Amino acid sequence: MALVKRFTQFVEPPSDGSIAHVPEVAPSLGPPKIETRGMSFFYGTKQALYDINLQIQSRAVTALIGPSGCGKSTYLRSLNRMNDIIEGTRVTGEVLLDGMEIYSRDVDVVSLRKRVGMVFQKSTPFPKSIFDNIAFGPRIAGETSKSELQGIVERSLKQAALWNEVKDRLKESAMALSGGQQQRLCIARALATNPEVILMDEPASALDPASTARIEDLIFELKQNYTIVIVTHNMQQAARISEMTAFFCVGRLVEIGQTKQLFTNPTQKETEDYITGRFG
Amino acid sequence: MPGSQDKKSVSNVGPTRPDGASSLRRRFSWMHVREQAIQWVLFGCALLSVLTTVSIIYVLITESVYALPPHTAFFQEVSIREFFTETRWTPQYAEEQQHYGILPLVTGTFLITGISAIIGLPVGLLIAIYLSEYASPSARKWVKPVLEILAGIPTVVYGYFAIRFLTPMLIVPIFENWLGMTVYGKNALAGGIVVGLMIIPMVASLSEDVMRSVPNSLRESGYALGSTKFDVSSKIVVPAALSGIFASFLLALSRSIGETMAVAIASAGFANLTLNPLAQIQTMTSYIVDVMTGEVVSGSTVEKSLYAVALVLFIITMMMNLISQWVLSRYREVYQ
Repeated sequence: MALVKRFTQFVEPPSDGSIAHVPEVAPSLGPPKIETRGMSFFYGTKQALYDINLQIQSRAVTALIGPSGCGKSTYLRSLNRMNDIIEGTRVTGEVLLDGMEIYSRDVDVVSLRKRVGMVFQKSTPFPKSIFDNIAFGPRIAGETSKSELQGIVERSLKQAALWNEVKDRLKESAMALSGGQQQRLCIARALATNPEVILMDEPASALDPASTARIEDLIFELKQNYTIVIVTHNMQQAARISEMTAFFCVGRLVEIGQTKQLFTNPTQKETEDYITGRFG
Repeated sequence: MPGSQDKKSVSNVGPTRPDGASSLRRRFSWMHVREQAIQWVLFGCALLSVLTTVSIIYVLITESVYALPPHTAFFQEVSIREFFTETRWTPQYAEEQQHYGILPLVTGTFLITGISAIIGLPVGLLIAIYLSEYASPSARKWVKPVLEILAGIPTVVYGYFAIRFLTPMLIVPIFENWLGMTVYGKNALAGGIVVGLMIIPMVASLSEDVMRSVPNSLRESGYALGSTKFDVSSKIVVPAALSGIFASFLLALSRSIGETMAVAIASAGFANLTLNPLAQIQTMTSYIVDVMTGEVVSGSTVEKSLYAVALVLFIITMMMNLISQWVLSRYREVYQ
């Protein structure tokens, strides 16, 4: 108890001292999984992120919130270099995965993205069968054994809580699934490559409340084994599922803290205005 | 207050209009006339193309299948059986040696089409992949106009290029001087190659269109799973665009089948029943040109044979178009 308290104090002063608010994994334990130091981001000449210093803890959910256009998606996409495919983008500063600079010249982007998977706002099943969708990542990584692939597909679908719904129609087109199922399929597809980090860009924003609840349950399960960074517009969602929350505004990181802390007792005026709905 | 007055009039009377305007009855107006006229003009344009098609089919059938007496159609002079099973096509010979078996013309046509497909389809598809997935915007700005120039070259120039350049400077040195085979001055290979070059721009630009219409979100998902650019191109974009690519192939092949001038110059001579690409062949279209530009007796069997050949050609290309439409509708993926 005292130990946990000390750890939480180390990061932020506790809001009311109650142990119920301490995340299961204390954020200060161990080195951060991902860390950005003095990171800035440019689309051509337009700067989108200014000097971001942020640590993302292993096996926890970090939520990125903020008004539209604040740079939170840009930040998320820079963590697996997805922005590389947009022409004219540029990153300065450091982005470290397990202490290694991911923008350094000798980093292989393909293996980086295998370690840092991503789920998008719009579900994007490939126009292939459910099986082929999940097996896509392992196949391009060179896995050819049929039984091995079957094992991966089953494990990934079970992890994404989709197995029971689709186990009898793995050969059917993934396009025929419902919106919520498609999104869980995309999560399963991301899990199939065995990533360490999963980046989620508003994964539930296009879904109905029931499907959203399923995705949230799933995220809750997944954080036991994965580091999750999630961009969300829904502050209740951030409060429900994350340990840490970072508030972005016009390209700057305004505040980062334990979720409970940030929502009940923000240190910055801007954060307070945003979470109480006074702007944004 | 004006505001309260307005409110009152609305609540009591409702909106008021002059009596005439409130009637819903149709009345004469120039706008109606104009609308009707536009509709008829547009319908007339559509009708024109339908009428053209119908009259062409009418002519083909009355000249080849059945004609009212006293005229006779082609198939009333030559049996359908001979037409489809006879292996000689010798209408230019004297009466007793005349044979009308379309097989040599069909083989010739498909020999040209096959060679052009081997050249044109893969190259066109690879160019489409390059333009859609790999090329930088500035490179695309250069390549696309060049392709359009290639598409704009008159086909007779291609034919000239084949017989004056390809055959003597490429095909003869390789196949005759080096491999010791017999190469004819007019050969199927030269014609097939230039027809292949001709269909490249068509395959490239049609396939590029369908590949670019594959949503970017699919590419991003692919990259996020650790795909290389080649993985994304070959395993996501091409499969997603497959139906469109297939349709572009079939359209290009229809073009190969119908191509006339280049083949007539580069390959066409005697109607051989052969699959040897180094020999002279005769295709359906080049046969028609050959007869039309020569001296043919009006009303003779030779003249009527043109219509029978044209009818076969028409049926083949129509079937290709139907298949490509079926493929498109059958395999079209719906993106939301």
